[in-house]
Amino acid sequence: MMTAREVAIVGAAESTEIGTVPTLSSIGLATDAARRALADCGLTPSDVDGVAAAGLQPYIATQIAHQLGIEATWIDATMLGGCSNLLHVRHAVAAITSGRCEVVLITHGESGRSRIGGPLFRHAPDSWPGQFELPYGTAGPMTLLTLGTLRFLHDRGLDSSALAQVVVTQRQWAARNPRALRQTPITVEEVLAADLVAYPYTRPMCCPVTDGGGALVLTSADRARRLPRPPVYLCGTGEATGSPMSSQMPDLTSSDAFRRAGAAAFAEAGMGPHDIRHAMLYDAVAVLPLMGLEDLGFVPRGESAAFVAQGHTAIGGRLPVNTNGGGINYTHTGMYGMYAIQESVRQLRGEAAAQVAGLTNSLTHTIGGMFQGAATVIMSTDAG
Amino acid sequence: MTSTTSARPLPRATPESAHFWEGAKRGELLLQRCRQCASAYFPPQPFCPRCLNDDVEVVRASGQGRLYSYVISHLAVPGFTPPVILAVVELDEGPRLLTNIVGVAPEPERLPLDLELEVTFEVFDNVALPMFRPRSR
Repeated sequence: MMTAREVAIVGAAESTEIGTVPTLSSIGLATDAARRALADCGLTPSDVDGVAAAGLQPYIATQIAHQLGIEATWIDATMLGGCSNLLHVRHAVAAITSGRCEVVLITHGESGRSRIGGPLFRHAPDSWPGQFELPYGTAGPMTLLTLGTLRFLHDRGLDSSALAQVVVTQRQWAARNPRALRQTPITVEEVLAADLVAYPYTRPMCCPVTDGGGALVLTSADRARRLPRPPVYLCGTGEATGSPMSSQMPDLTSSDAFRRAGAAAFAEAGMGPHDIRHAMLYDAVAVLPLMGLEDLGFVPRGESAAFVAQGHTAIGGRLPVNTNGGGINYTHTGMYGMYAIQESVRQLRGEAAAQVAGLTNSLTHTIGGMFQGAATVIMSTDAG
Repeated sequence: MTSTTSARPLPRATPESAHFWEGAKRGELLLQRCRQCASAYFPPQPFCPRCLNDDVEVVRASGQGRLYSYVISHLAVPGFTPPVILAVVELDEGPRLLTNIVGVAPEPERLPLDLELEVTFEVFDNVALPMFRPRSR
């Protein structure tokens, strides 16, 4: 069954600069990207009636709308970390399809490196993480997204070189991308010999922390066809809650949130993993693309590392993955989902730095927090 | 032995978790168990996460478990002297928790998965944190 592709991404842009941007605050990065995304599709703030944004303070969507002169009558401030913007996409599809709004602007801006204009994220000492994680020296993603990795490797008969191979393969993509932060080709041996961040993770297996922004404009497929850029049709989306702390996942080697979000997106799209020709699998740390490959059903459980080692996700492979270099090489402001979907849009428009020839569809899969949730979006150049 | 400086971020109990932290002060690792479905659970909450029943009891765990997974963190965190072993321990009763492994060098060769562990408590500013060490023979 192929469902109607009633909504499309018609405008997309990242902030002018990503990486280290000391001249803009978090919201400044978001509004920079928003203006570029509107210019990209030839729409103005008066065309926009829906806004979505996620951040560490709850009223970001309001300020974005105010600064851009948007009189919004549809708001989504859903905040679930790095998958927030994909949740916004899913919610916007529902809103546009049901007539609640016509044009939605989804923004992201995060001064993750320069830390300008936003509160720092801290768990309260009486929250669950404050009681049961922080007292043991946890330090965010590098200690919490990584917690189950040794078990993942152990159960599958692998060692750290499986993580290193993910870096090596994605660095080959990054080497073709002038905007990527880490472009220099690297070997498995070099990755393994690099400084330890949190054993078994070395520095290249972990994302940098950067500044950046991004924005998307969505509208109905009918209206999309009257706009200048090739529409990227939204075929299927999924979202799922995970565990409030990664230590409480039912299985630390497989995300139930990944599985449910992915399955929902495939079901709605009327597609299966074998139909997908390009995937962006959120990668703050190197195990995540391996879990994404398994949990979304691209490969059976236990076969992700071999799939990567055999070159299937690499340049020329049958499922190019993380073709911007991924979060570990391209950029990672803290909530990476916007950059992942931007690369899917670029690939489907045929304008990516490391362009894959002849693509007609792409999947972006993102994680929220420390496995607290997930969102998946499947896109196509085909109106269906 | 991990650092004992009070710069370590310490928990503050809620009404739902007060029994857990009071028990820790007495050197007891406390779980809760549903009287209806008999499942033991953690973190603390006043109803069973499986059947939503509030007929639950506080039970003392054996304190025995095994090393499910871990990282050895080299990151600078106030109150800690790296490297620090951050582990997920699976208790014999079933629930898992995040903790530190102490009493063993932070070296992968000394920390095979499924290593048998037992609880120990370290006190920081009047808060006792459950930690785990290799089981004594």
